Amino acid sequence: MNDLSRDPAFLRGMTRRRIGRRDALRLAGMSAAGLALAACGVQGKGVAKPTTSAQAQSAVEKYWTGKVRNGHVDFANWPYYMDPKHPELKQFTAETGITVNYREVIHEMPSWFAKIQPQLAAGQSIGYDIMVVTNGIQFGQLVKLGYLVPLDHAKLPNFTANAGARYKAEDFDPGNVYSIPWTSGMTGIAYNPKYVDTPPTSVLDLWNPKYKGKVGMMADSQEIANFGMFALGIDPGNSGQADWEKAAAKLTEQRDAGIVRKYYDQSYVDPLSRGDIWLTMAWSGDVFQKNVSDGTDLKFVIPQEGATIWTDNMMIPKSAENPVDAITLMDFFYRTDVAAHLTEYINYVTPVPGAQSVIQADVAEATGDRKKLLDAVAGSSLVFPSEDDYAKLHTYVGFTDTARQKQFENLFQAITTS
Amino acid sequence: MNRGLLRGRGLQIYTWLVIAWLALPIAVMILFGFNDTHGRYNTSWQGFTLKWYGKLFEIGDLTQALVNSIVIAVLTMVVAGVLGSLIGLALGRYRFRGAGTTNLVMFAAISCAEIVMGASLLSLFVTLAVPLGFWTIVISHVMFSISFVAVTVRARVMTLDRSLEEAARDLGAGTWATFRLVTLPMIFPGVLAGSMLAFALSIDDFVITNFNSGSTLTFPLWIWGATRVGLPPQVNVMGTLIFAAGVLLAVANALLARRRA
Amino acid sequence: MSSRLRAALTPYALIFPGGLWLAIFFVVPTVVMLSLSLQSGDVVSGYAFTFNWHSYVDGITTYHDQIVRSVIYGLAATLIQIVVGFPVAYWIAFRGGRRKSVYLFLLLLPFLVSFVLRTISWQFFLSDNGLLLGPLKSLGLLPQDFHILATSVAVVCGLAYNYLPFMVLPMYVALERIDPRLLEAAQDLYAGRTQTFLRVVLPLSLPGVFAGVLMTFVPATSDYVNASVLGGTSNTMIGNVIQNQFLVNQDYPVASALSFTLMALLLAGIYAYARVLGTEDVLEVAAR
Repeated sequence: MNDLSRDPAFLRGMTRRRIGRRDALRLAGMSAAGLALAACGVQGKGVAKPTTSAQAQSAVEKYWTGKVRNGHVDFANWPYYMDPKHPELKQFTAETGITVNYREVIHEMPSWFAKIQPQLAAGQSIGYDIMVVTNGIQFGQLVKLGYLVPLDHAKLPNFTANAGARYKAEDFDPGNVYSIPWTSGMTGIAYNPKYVDTPPTSVLDLWNPKYKGKVGMMADSQEIANFGMFALGIDPGNSGQADWEKAAAKLTEQRDAGIVRKYYDQSYVDPLSRGDIWLTMAWSGDVFQKNVSDGTDLKFVIPQEGATIWTDNMMIPKSAENPVDAITLMDFFYRTDVAAHLTEYINYVTPVPGAQSVIQADVAEATGDRKKLLDAVAGSSLVFPSEDDYAKLHTYVGFTDTARQKQFENLFQAITTS
Repeated sequence: MNRGLLRGRGLQIYTWLVIAWLALPIAVMILFGFNDTHGRYNTSWQGFTLKWYGKLFEIGDLTQALVNSIVIAVLTMVVAGVLGSLIGLALGRYRFRGAGTTNLVMFAAISCAEIVMGASLLSLFVTLAVPLGFWTIVISHVMFSISFVAVTVRARVMTLDRSLEEAARDLGAGTWATFRLVTLPMIFPGVLAGSMLAFALSIDDFVITNFNSGSTLTFPLWIWGATRVGLPPQVNVMGTLIFAAGVLLAVANALLARRRA
Repeated sequence: MSSRLRAALTPYALIFPGGLWLAIFFVVPTVVMLSLSLQSGDVVSGYAFTFNWHSYVDGITTYHDQIVRSVIYGLAATLIQIVVGFPVAYWIAFRGGRRKSVYLFLLLLPFLVSFVLRTISWQFFLSDNGLLLGPLKSLGLLPQDFHILATSVAVVCGLAYNYLPFMVLPMYVALERIDPRLLEAAQDLYAGRTQTFLRVVLPLSLPGVFAGVLMTFVPATSDYVNASVLGGTSNTMIGNVIQNQFLVNQDYPVASALSFTLMALLLAGIYAYARVLGTEDVLEVAAR
C-alpha cells in the first residue's frame, strides 16, 4: 500500500463530492435486479438414515458398485496430524502407486463445515476425498444431510483386524457406517508448574479465585458445556435442558468473577507456556507436543470428576472423485506399523492398540533424544489410556434434533461471546 | 533550548517514536525468523540461526497458500487494474448520466465494512450454490479492488490537460491511436499506482477471503489457522521476504521517479 | 454509427465491464443478504423467505452490548489516531523537507506485513511476561498481576495501530496542500502561532481529518481480528458475533440481520458526521 505515499491521487479522490439523494435512489433501482434472487431461499436436504442393516448394506452396494481406482487421492486433515515429511504417505504411494495430495486445511470444525456445506449441497466435489471430522454437532449434520459415503467394510480388512473394540462401537457412528477413527484425544486440564504450585486435581480448580485472570477456557460450546457439567457432577451423556442451564450459570459465575482470561480455540498453548494463563482446558496431545518441541515442562491432568474424550474420524464426502483410492488409504492407516509411526509423531490416542508393541520395539532400536521421546510415547497414558482412565472419560452431548442443539449453542455461546 | 527548537526537535523525535511504534511488530517478526527453535513452536528466543531460510518451503501447505496468495493477487491486479482504470477514465473524463450513481457505488464499495461485504457475497454464493474456492476468492478481491483503482485513476485523469489529446486528433490521429499514444501514457502512472494498490489489498486481505475461500487457503488464512498451534518460523521468514521485496520495489520505484524527474 | 453517438456511448462502454462486476458481486449480494435476513430455517432443513423480522429483534436484543462496544472502540481508536497522528502529519508536511516521501514510506512500512501477522506480533510482544512487561515486572515497576492483553486497552490500541497510517496520510495530504503564503499572511496580520494554527491550519486540515475518519472508523468498528487476538472475555465486538453466526453457527438470517444493522449504523454515522461538520463545501475545496 506504499503507493499511497507517492500518489496522493487516491486520497484526493477520497475527498471528493458526497453523494446526493437522487444517486441513492438510482442505486436502489439498480439493486432491484437482485430482487429476483431475493425470493429464493437456501436449500437444505435432510435425508433419512438407513434404519436396518439390510438397508445399510444396499446403500453400500448402491454406492460402491462400479467405482474404480483412479490412482490419486486428496486428503484434508488438521494441522500437525502427520509428520511434515509425510513418510507414511510416501510409503503408501510406493506400495500402491496411488499418489496422495495431503493438505492440513481443517482448522476448526464449524467453519470447515460452513465452508464445504454449499459445495456438498450443490453436489460438487469439495476437492478432497478424505476429510477428518470430529464427533460432534457437525458430524451429526453431515450424516443427517446425507453428505457422507457409507463405507464398504469389505474394503477395510486392516481396520477390521486391528482397530480397538472401543473404536468399533462409538456412539456417534455405531458400526462405523460412515467413518473410521483417525485418532482420539482427551480434553482435560493443562497447567504450567512454573506458576501453579499445587497440581490441579479437580475441575473446580478452574473456578479457584486464586487463579483469577489466569484461567483459560475453550470457546467451543460442546467442550465448555462438558466442563460446566463436570463441575456440577452431571454426566453430559444423560443431560438435558435443565442441566445445561445449571452448567451455563456455573460458567457465567466463573466468567463474571474475572477468573477466565479468555475463551480459546486451540490457541491456548502459547499463552500457557508464556505464562499469560496458568491453567487451562486443553487437549491431551498439545501439551505433549509443546514439551517435546520447546523443552517446556507443561503438565496435563485428567480431573477427578472426569474429562471429555473425542474422536477425529476419517470419512468420504459423497461428491468425492476418488472414493476407492480414499478407502484404500484409510485402511492403510490401520496397519499396526503405520499406526505406530503416526502415533510417534502426533501423540494422541491411537485407535490401534497393537501399535504399542511396535513403538516399544522402536524404542529399543532408537538412541539419544529420539529414544527418550519414543519411550515417553509408548508409556504415556494419554496415548494408551488404561481401562481406569477410560472409565473417567465422557463424550460430548449429543442431539436428536436441531431445535435442541440450537438452544444448547445459544446458551453456551452467550457465555463465550460476551 | 528555545521554544522554536523544542517544537521542531520535539515533533521530530515524536514522529520517529510513532514510526518506531509502527515498525515494532515487524522487527519482532524479522527477529524470530532467525530464531534457532528446535520444535514446532516459535515463541522464545533460542539463539541465532539461518536454517529457516534453508527450510523455507518445507511446509507444503504454507508454500501452497503463499503461491495461491500471489497468483490471486496478480490476477486481481490485472483484472481490477483494467476494469477499474476504465471506470476511472470514464468518471474523470466524461460527463454523462449515471456518473453520480457510479461515483456512489465506488464510494460505497470503499467505505463498506469488509465483514459486511464478505458476508453478503457469501450469501450470494450460498443462495446460488456456487462452490467456494480459488475463483470465488478472485471474484471477491476484484470486487473490492475495482473502486480503489477507479478512484486513483480518476484523480489522475482529472489533473490532465485535454488539449494534448485534441492536438493529437488535429494532427490526424484516430480515436484508438490517440488513446494508445497520448491518453494511456499520460494516465499510466495512475493505472500503475491503482494496480499496485489492488495487488497490496489482495495479498493482505483476510476478512473477505475468510468468508469466501471454501477449503482453499491463502497466506493470511494459513497464518490465522496456524495460530491455534503456534506459528512455525517459516511464516516469519516468508513475512520477512515479502517485506523485503516490498521495500526493494518501493525504493526502486522512488529512484526511477527521481531519475525521470 | 455517427461519431457523436459513439462519443456519447463511450463512457458507458468504459464503465460497463467493471460496473457489471460491481453490480453482480457488490450490489446484488447486499440485496440477497437483506432477503436472507428475513428468512427462517436452519442449515439442515433449509431456509425459506418468510418476512421474519425476528432475526433483527433477536440479534439486536441479544447483542446490543457488543454493538455499543464496537462503536465505542471504533470511536476511541479513531480519536487516538487523530491525537497521535496529527502531529506526525503536521511535522512531515511542514518540516519534512526533502525527505517527506521517506517519512511517509516509513509510516507505511507496516502494510508490507500481513495484517494478521502484525496483530499476532503484538500479542507476542505484549504478553504478561513478554518482551515489554517481563523486564518492567522484574524491575518491580509493575505489579506481578498487571496485564495488557485481554483488556479493552489492548483491543483499542490494536485497532488504532492497525489503521493509523490511513489516518495520517489524508491529514498529511490536506496539510501539505496549505499554501505557506497563507501562514505568512496570518503572521503579517499579527496572528500568534496558536492563532495561526487554530484559525488557518486546523480548518484547512479538516478535509483530511474527515477522509481519515472515514477510512479508519468503519474498518475499526467492524473489525474482529484485534478483538479475537488481543481481547479477553468481555471484549467481543459485533464483527466477532457476525463472523461466528455466519461461519460457526451458520445462522444466516441472524448473521445477515446483524450485518445489515451494522451497515445501517455506520452509514447513519457517516451521514450525520458529514452533516455536523458541514464538510461538503470543504471537500469541494480540497478536491481542487
